[in-house]
Amino acid sequence: MNWRDTFASGLEAIRAHRLRSVLTMLGIVIGISSVVLTVGLGLGAQDQVRAQIDALGSNLLIVSPGSSTSSSGVRGGFGSASTLTTEDAAALSDPAAAPDVAAVAAVTQAQTTLVAGTTNWTSSLVGTSPSWLPVRNRTLSAGRFLTAVDTDAVVLGPDTASELFGGRSAVGQQVTVSGRPMTVVGVLASTGASSATSSQPASDDDVAVVPMDTARSLAGAPSSSVSAIYVQARSEDVLSAAYQEIDALLANLHGDTDFSIASQESLLETANATNRTLTVLLGGVAAISLLVGGIGVMNIMLVAVTERIREIGLRKALGATPSAIRRQFLVEAGVLGTCGGLLGVALGVAGAFALPGLLGQPVSVSVPAIAAAIGVALAIGIGFGVYPASRAARLTPIDALRSE
Amino acid sequence: MNAIIEMTDVRKTYATGALEVAALRGVSLRIAQGEYVAVAGPSGSGKSTLMHIIGCLDVPTSGEYVLAGGDVTTLPEAHLADIRNRRIGFVFQQFNLLPSLSACRNVELPLAYAGVTPSERRRRAVEALTRVGLADRLAHRPGELSGGQQQRVAVARALVTDPALILADEPTGNLDSAASADVLALFDELHAVGRTIVLITHEVDVARRAQRSVLIRDGRLAA
Ligand SMILES: Nc1ncnc2c1ncn2[C@@H]1O[C@H](COP(=O)(O)OP(=O)(O)OP(=O)(O)O)[C@@H](O)[C@H]1O
Ligand SMILES: [Mg+2]
Repeated sequence: MNWRDTFASGLEAIRAHRLRSVLTMLGIVIGISSVVLTVGLGLGAQDQVRAQIDALGSNLLIVSPGSSTSSSGVRGGFGSASTLTTEDAAALSDPAAAPDVAAVAAVTQAQTTLVAGTTNWTSSLVGTSPSWLPVRNRTLSAGRFLTAVDTDAVVLGPDTASELFGGRSAVGQQVTVSGRPMTVVGVLASTGASSATSSQPASDDDVAVVPMDTARSLAGAPSSSVSAIYVQARSEDVLSAAYQEIDALLANLHGDTDFSIASQESLLETANATNRTLTVLLGGVAAISLLVGGIGVMNIMLVAVTERIREIGLRKALGATPSAIRRQFLVEAGVLGTCGGLLGVALGVAGAFALPGLLGQPVSVSVPAIAAAIGVALAIGIGFGVYPASRAARLTPIDALRSE
Repeated sequence: MNAIIEMTDVRKTYATGALEVAALRGVSLRIAQGEYVAVAGPSGSGKSTLMHIIGCLDVPTSGEYVLAGGDVTTLPEAHLADIRNRRIGFVFQQFNLLPSLSACRNVELPLAYAGVTPSERRRRAVEALTRVGLADRLAHRPGELSGGQQQRVAVARALVTDPALILADEPTGNLDSAASADVLALFDELHAVGRTIVLITHEVDVARRAQRSVLIRDGRLAA
């Protein structure tokens, strides 16, 4: 009995009990499809976070107020007592003190209400300097960015501009920002990143950017504190050198490390750590379902051995060796597992296409994960088939033939 | 003539719980190559038990059994499977065909375990089925055949490997007289071409067709 014959007879046996085989596979189908989906959700979330963090700029270090003793990194920094000031930003811009720093942009952040004619729109107000545009890696779709001499000028994000002015050109229009009339001088190009990360409360495409001093006077609190300082390093190679320069400089100025510095990489790490926990948790549930599926396969194979005891006896009488019988049942269990795995992958991939529409969560389907899932399904089928198969192999031909 | 079967003082005792049943109590039997032997005896006398031991489906509790010159009393199961496959063809009272396979696939089965290639298997199965007069029933499943036809498929399966020994346990027990005659005619043909046949029956006129009859009673051969 060669492998092809064994395989064909395995498929035949499964086809002979179609409903039972499908029910047996169900556990594996559910397990594999949930593995494909959870891994896909995890990877999708990672891709999303990476896209958002990449959109922040390149070779970027983000200095935020508050020390980063907690693992949440910069997250706790926003909104806590601000210890960073425009003087800090100025100090960091000094090429003698921080030679690896290319550009610096301090920002203040607040909520604001924009009014254009009869249209109201709530957006986030960013107060910053002209260096913001290159540091944040942004471009303009119309008009110009802020200059050092601007006072009552505002640059709108693409979403903000279309909310306020619809299809009309925004540049040159008047808009009231927190009660103060200003002129729109430019509109930013879209970043393409879908929505804000939690560490970046301002949506990248829905902002109103004004000069730092203007933002301060709008807030009515003319202190020199800022929400964050974006620092761009000269290149990726000097990123850690720049990190150390900033750290030393600010610690010296403040006499205390009451600030924290995050790189894009560390932001990514933090975000992914949370994702990973969730993925592992969901993956655990999927693994339990796979285990249940495996036990289902074992159960049905034991039933099959009992049911086909005469067939086993006959095959042995005709010359089947114990190992040929064992192989026959192992292949059958393996085929059950693999079919379950294939169905599960099909279901999982279908889910991966359907879910983003339902949940707004991206799901990425990875080929290695699918191959691994099918491998796992095969292994489960075979693993849980070992015991029933060796029971069949051990039957003496005469006992098997005699049983009615 | 060379002996194909040589049994010396073979005993078989079944232990069911505390009870011991002696099914064979010292059987010594010699069957020469090419002989046609009928084994007769009342129900429960040990005919089937004897056939199972002759067919290497079961091993004796004690005694010696030499099949075709080789002692098979102590061989491992994998070895016995090989002997059954190459040297012995079985025909059972209940036909014992696999219901999901066509007649042709049923006949191919022992060849598959012998490692014969699919095309050769097919050729020999068709040949065997033609020999039993079922060339036009190759694709039929057992459920689509009459009892007599099913037993002829079983005979085809028994002879497809060209075994030296054909063992039949009441092959006509479930058949009417016409179908019985067909099957017994096949055995006559096989005997004519030199096959050794051991046929178990309790019908006197079936036993009479054989060259020699041995009578078994209470696990012992009667003279
Ligand atoms: N597996 C077994 N366990 C216990 N006792 C058994 C077993 N197989 C057979 N026997 C006993 O051995 C004896 C001989 O049985 P066997 O089947 O050989 O009889 P038989 O001559 O073929 O009868 P029949 O003509 O009715 O088929 C019987 O008494 C039977 O009860
Ligand atoms: Mg019997």
